[in-house]
Amino acid sequence: MRAQLSDDSVARALDSQSVETQLRRQDIDTELVGSLGLHWLEPLLQISRDGTEYAFSNVTVSNLSEIVNSLPQDGDPKLSSNFLGSISDQQYLKNQQRLVFDRAGRINPLTVPSSELLESILSSEPKTLIDAMETSGLRGRGGAGFPAHIKWRTVAETTSDQKYVVCNADEGDSGTFSDRMIMEGDPFKLIEGMVIAGYATGSTKGIIYLRSEYPVALEYLSQALELAYSNRWLGNEIRGSSFNFDLEVFVGAGAYICGEETSLLESLEGKRGEIRFKPPVPAISGLFGKPTLVHNVITLASIPGIFEIGATEYANLGIGRSTGTMPFQISGNVKHGGLIEIPFGTTVRALIEDFGGGTLSGRPFRTVQIGGPLGAYLSEKELDTPLTYEHMEEIEAGIGHGGLVVFDDTVDLREQAEYAFEFCEVESCGKCTPCRIGSVRGKEAMRQFKDGVDIRTYQLVEDLCDVMEQASLCQMGGMTPIPVRSAMQRFPEDFRRRGF
Amino acid sequence: MTEENVRELVKPYVQVTGGLIQALRRLMGDFGYIDQEYIPGIADVFNISKAEVRGVISFYHDFRTQSPAKNRVRICQAEACQALGARKLTQDIESQLNLKLGDKSEDGSVELDPVYCLGLCSVGPSLQVNDRLIARGSVESIKEFIR
Repeated sequence: MRAQLSDDSVARALDSQSVETQLRRQDIDTELVGSLGLHWLEPLLQISRDGTEYAFSNVTVSNLSEIVNSLPQDGDPKLSSNFLGSISDQQYLKNQQRLVFDRAGRINPLTVPSSELLESILSSEPKTLIDAMETSGLRGRGGAGFPAHIKWRTVAETTSDQKYVVCNADEGDSGTFSDRMIMEGDPFKLIEGMVIAGYATGSTKGIIYLRSEYPVALEYLSQALELAYSNRWLGNEIRGSSFNFDLEVFVGAGAYICGEETSLLESLEGKRGEIRFKPPVPAISGLFGKPTLVHNVITLASIPGIFEIGATEYANLGIGRSTGTMPFQISGNVKHGGLIEIPFGTTVRALIEDFGGGTLSGRPFRTVQIGGPLGAYLSEKELDTPLTYEHMEEIEAGIGHGGLVVFDDTVDLREQAEYAFEFCEVESCGKCTPCRIGSVRGKEAMRQFKDGVDIRTYQLVEDLCDVMEQASLCQMGGMTPIPVRSAMQRFPEDFRRRGF
Repeated sequence: MTEENVRELVKPYVQVTGGLIQALRRLMGDFGYIDQEYIPGIADVFNISKAEVRGVISFYHDFRTQSPAKNRVRICQAEACQALGARKLTQDIESQLNLKLGDKSEDGSVELDPVYCLGLCSVGPSLQVNDRLIARGSVESIKEFIR
């Protein structure tokens, strides 16, 4: 008998470590795995015995013995209510197409994978790799959706004695956790992507900028890096090639704005995370003024999958210029929250209803915010919009980092608009006035609206949104108007006029 | 913590990438806060101005110049947790602990802080008590982990 128990932040926050202790006490051979992303089932325990797999959900110290004893004996199974059958039969998983998360949740995160793909890539011409990236159509998964190959080519063609690959693991958007899940569940996917990116662009040093709110990810990443060095996935002459690449983790100190790439670079230099003017772009002058390839975790972790299935095949997934798969994350007031990796093009409704199973509270759906705190609140009638960069843009929304936060009918959109400004106030780097001051004024206006909306202040907020959008130095101030405007325009009933 | 002690601790970080932030993280880890008294010493070791050190400390939420309480309770204030009742939970915990968000109790036993996303969005509302992450948080769940 062998057991596999989830051991990511979600499982631990649901007390999986006590279950682990108990399993070991009972001498059950236990392997820790990442999460498969079916979060409502966590902590998830899979037991294999005599070639059959049994999965159990919501395992606790108190129901563990019952679960273990319920395993079918010779005769009829007398299964516990937590029994799920085989996890692979879950529709939630069957309806996904996992390229980034193919291994996460199924392996111990510290398993060094086969290096066959990496070795063949390190023996090919760097230029052909960049061409393949162009063919794949991969766009940055962190929010901006910028074509990855353009950054690669720019870094590769800029001459310098030192170039860097920086991984943006400052995943601060509420409703997003795919970066965390890959770092905790399959860190080698990220390491492999970074080595490939380094080789293709001629960079020899990589840094993962990890937010401090992710201690479990740090634990797994640090151990994975050690293993990567001892197995020659990192260091000098990687896997018998002539390529050298060093990789380290840098832990941030609590600042949402450091998810903005230039602010992140400032922070890596040990300074206040204030954003930089662009141009020059980091691909030409980034960390310490050197050419720097900055990508988010999932962008880098998508790279091995592209080379595994082939760039053309990858480009065939998705719709139009939104190619490949995207690990969407569904959370908030939803029954089946978790990670859903599918090609671009599925509708918002399919994610919320088919995967998510509707609201957790059972109350009517009201809105979904897509793409984190700077994302739009959508109304019910927009739910049939396909999730692609282009379709989202048409309705003045964005995919962002792929997070969908569901709200039931108890939500007050005025409160959400106030929060959007408040969050901007708390997290603004303070460098430009529209963001630093605009956020405070916007919050004050929203508070006034508590007692009803007066038309003059309403117009002021509209002007304020225009100024923030047009004149902010980065997307923090520039995109805060998106949730605000979407709330005001799509849910005017939450902004009642004074005296009515 | 002494001046000499602090200087010794931060010295190895001078040559490291983003050394000042790593040095400050080290001090936070060792002492729980960065005593303002030692800012001139840190500035001297890094050969930068006191204002630069102070500027970095004030910029990041993780850095603080006041000693921490024995227990730190953090409540996620972000959207996914709001959708699962974080606003109400915050009020309930505030009245249970008789503290406002951002405050420390007079006896130094507990402090209550906001946090913006712990990455547990699908199982909110999320809490953190000291090092312990808590999913589907409630007033009861914090009691168990307060020392």
